[in-house]
Amino acid sequence: MDDIVKDFLIESRENLDRLDQELVKLESDPSSKDLLGSIFRTIHTIKGSCGFLGFARLEKLAHAGENLLSRLRDGKLTLSKEITTGLLATVDAVRQMLNSIQESGQDGTEDHAALIEQLAALATAPPVPGHSVPASGVSEELLADSGKIGGVLLERGQVRPEDLARALEQQELGRKRIGEILVAHGAAQPEDVLAAQQTIESRNPEAAIETIRVGVTLLDRLMNLVGELVLARNQLLQFSNSTQDAAFQAVSQRMNLIATELQEEVMKTRMQPIGNVWNKFPRTVRDLALNCGKQIRLDMEGQDTELDRTIIEAIKDPLTHLVRNAVDHGIEAAEVRKQAGKNETGILTLRAFHEGGQVNIEITDDGAGLNGQRIRQKAIERGLVSAQHAERMSDHDLFNLIFLPGFSTAEQVTNVSGRGVGMDVVKTNVEKIGGTVDVQSTAGKGTTVKIKIPLTLAIIPALMVTSGGERFAIPQVSLLELVRMETGESGKGIEMVHGAPVYRLRGRLLPLVYLNRELRLSDAAGIQKAQGPAANIVVVQADGQEFGLVVDEITDTEEIVVKPLGKQLKGVTAYSGATIMGDGRVALILDILGLAQRGQVICSRDSALSDKETAATATRQESGTGQQALLVVQCGDQSRMAIPLSLVARLEEFPASAIEFAGTQEVTQYRGQIMPLIRLAQIVSGKKEIAETSVADSRLQVVVYSETGRSVGLIVDRIVDIVDEKLVLQTPSPRRGVLGSSVIQKRVTDLLDVPGVVREVIPGFAESKFSA
Amino acid sequence: MVSTQQFCTFFLDGHIFGTPVPKVQEVIQHQEMTRVPLAPEVVSGLINLRGQIVSAIDLRRRLGLPDRAPDKLPMNVVVRTNDGAVSLLVDEIGDVIEVEEETLEKPPETLQGFAREVVRGVYKLSGKLLLALDIDRVVDLSDLNKAGNNREF
Repeated sequence: MDDIVKDFLIESRENLDRLDQELVKLESDPSSKDLLGSIFRTIHTIKGSCGFLGFARLEKLAHAGENLLSRLRDGKLTLSKEITTGLLATVDAVRQMLNSIQESGQDGTEDHAALIEQLAALATAPPVPGHSVPASGVSEELLADSGKIGGVLLERGQVRPEDLARALEQQELGRKRIGEILVAHGAAQPEDVLAAQQTIESRNPEAAIETIRVGVTLLDRLMNLVGELVLARNQLLQFSNSTQDAAFQAVSQRMNLIATELQEEVMKTRMQPIGNVWNKFPRTVRDLALNCGKQIRLDMEGQDTELDRTIIEAIKDPLTHLVRNAVDHGIEAAEVRKQAGKNETGILTLRAFHEGGQVNIEITDDGAGLNGQRIRQKAIERGLVSAQHAERMSDHDLFNLIFLPGFSTAEQVTNVSGRGVGMDVVKTNVEKIGGTVDVQSTAGKGTTVKIKIPLTLAIIPALMVTSGGERFAIPQVSLLELVRMETGESGKGIEMVHGAPVYRLRGRLLPLVYLNRELRLSDAAGIQKAQGPAANIVVVQADGQEFGLVVDEITDTEEIVVKPLGKQLKGVTAYSGATIMGDGRVALILDILGLAQRGQVICSRDSALSDKETAATATRQESGTGQQALLVVQCGDQSRMAIPLSLVARLEEFPASAIEFAGTQEVTQYRGQIMPLIRLAQIVSGKKEIAETSVADSRLQVVVYSETGRSVGLIVDRIVDIVDEKLVLQTPSPRRGVLGSSVIQKRVTDLLDVPGVVREVIPGFAESKFSA
Repeated sequence: MVSTQQFCTFFLDGHIFGTPVPKVQEVIQHQEMTRVPLAPEVVSGLINLRGQIVSAIDLRRRLGLPDRAPDKLPMNVVVRTNDGAVSLLVDEIGDVIEVEEETLEKPPETLQGFAREVVRGVYKLSGKLLLALDIDRVVDLSDLNKAGNNREF
């Protein structure tokens, strides 16, 4: 393709994007001469260029649009919804033709006759009565052409149109300059003409070149090279620290400064204002609002906020989705708003700003807000969350359920007043670039979706750790805190239940993942070794789930340059890339989300939304090999009982003093409910009193079992272990509440029939809904 | 008119393998590598090639040959692929030789397993045979991932 055609395409596309915005803006401000003038000029330019390049169909269409615009500009027509729609359709048709030019070099086969006819019909509509008609006779070309003195003077109202027309006629006869003619006739002031001339010169592209077009690939290449430089700089600094040569150290310091500055500047070249994405929204909102019969105003703040272009690309779709959702589901129809005592026009606000090295984007609507109750119902119906769990969830937690996969299905769009489609996709996409999404909502007042994303992905701060003799980088964005346990202390801190190690972090149970074990860096026995004299826990967050990564050593934080891994390693989910360290060696960057999935901290939908405490026990669910996760407990007479972990809601510890009585039934207050307590030892042994567990031992170990929102606590003597075992039931046990026996960890263990036991003690448990 | 092609040759377990010279970006000495836990066993690690991170594939393992003696350091043959540079670990590097297209024959029936899939053909040289590798097939590990036969470390 000719360069000239290519330039025409690039330029025209940019112009069309601007037209979209300007037309929508014009609709709200139909009297703006500046806007009309600008729109007219854009269409005129396209018409002129394609006439020159020989795209006849395109020219014809542009001409029809131009005609309509000229009547608008002359005040012979006023802007109506139909006209705007017609003009926007023209923009779309032109865009389509441009695409076809790019593909085939031809302006397509479609001649858009219907559209041209429609434009003509709109243009010949009866003139607006009582509207002053500016003098005609001045050629439209001139008016449109702000590159000419006459045009500039006219724009500024420094010359009357009829004077200009007369001067133009004279010019054709006498070949004098228009400014001279005007001044000679006294139609314009000499100083105005001079000023106009200067304006033209400043508008002239050759006069002052301030920007040039640079290919994106070149910028990427530059960024890569700067990345190399940063790495070399790191190496150099390491080297200079080990020498005493003052001159060399001074040079490396200078080098350091220059490299840092260069890195910042090159990063800037890749920065684009977020407005580049937002520019499409006024049109989107207008069209969508018109479709839904709503009145919506779109406000934008912080369009100049800049982001790396790769990030701009990545958030384009999620943002569009959120905006569409807000218009479609968020803001109510005009009548509904009126009844609710709100302004009929809904306001959708986009806000972007920098904060703490991150970019915040907020999409706010003043619609009906999310309906927490309905989300709760829906989530329970879909089995995303247990009823009991849903009851005690805060509104904020409830709202964030909309980001779960499975919450959104097609039929829901109509059922739930909130947002429906594909919010999980929005979340996934944002998280893919290291960002977070949060939703806040007030019933009747509206909804705000907040997105936080990093400025750039190319160079990121990371924490360096070692495990099994290898170095790894953990991106700082997923980092929450570091915990170090000294000798002796580690034994206490980490509760070692085989298969599911947990750590009590300020009273909460934090699931632990041993990095060396997860990456199979050392033998399976590594867990014992790693527990050794001291343990370093890196507390990280993935997909809203916190967990602790146990590493051998935490070294340093460093700015690292993210480099992709080859195709050969695409299948390995544990890494998000690699980087080159100061000593020139390669280090892998850990993909925290992938690790969490590998370590089954987040395994299924269920545990993803289960609260943080139960996630500890959910780490080891059935692993698919016919094995089952079992909680092994001890209760009375040294007897070992196993409870399927899937039936265990939580493990709790109560002081004995927390036991109260409801009738003869032992109960305790638990999460705002009265929870019955069952002493397992009594059940399985059949004895009535087992004194030693009640008073002497002041702490009670309780296994909480839940069914349809009701909980019951099983008091056991000791929680022994959590094991993954293939359950082979042997010899049905004669004992009450026992399904059978099996050999677990080389010891005979009884499998507890939990629902049976509960119903035996509390007949009708979970069937009647007393004391919800 | 005899059409000839230049081949870069290297040795693996006593066999001579080769690939057309334009496919080869460079040959470098043994490099320190960063192990990649959980990766397929044929990926020996990652090397830093002037700031570019390149995966190193152990050709012996890839072709199902026995592992080289631990005291012998492999050489890196860095090849160009559609997915960027990849380093192939070989025992020793041979000469660049010119082969005549006429001497190319199909791989012998006795060549078994995966090696058969990646050996495009055999050139008969004087006194020895040169096995021509299909580099793009060699570096495409999707067959491994599908079969799921990654060695458990």
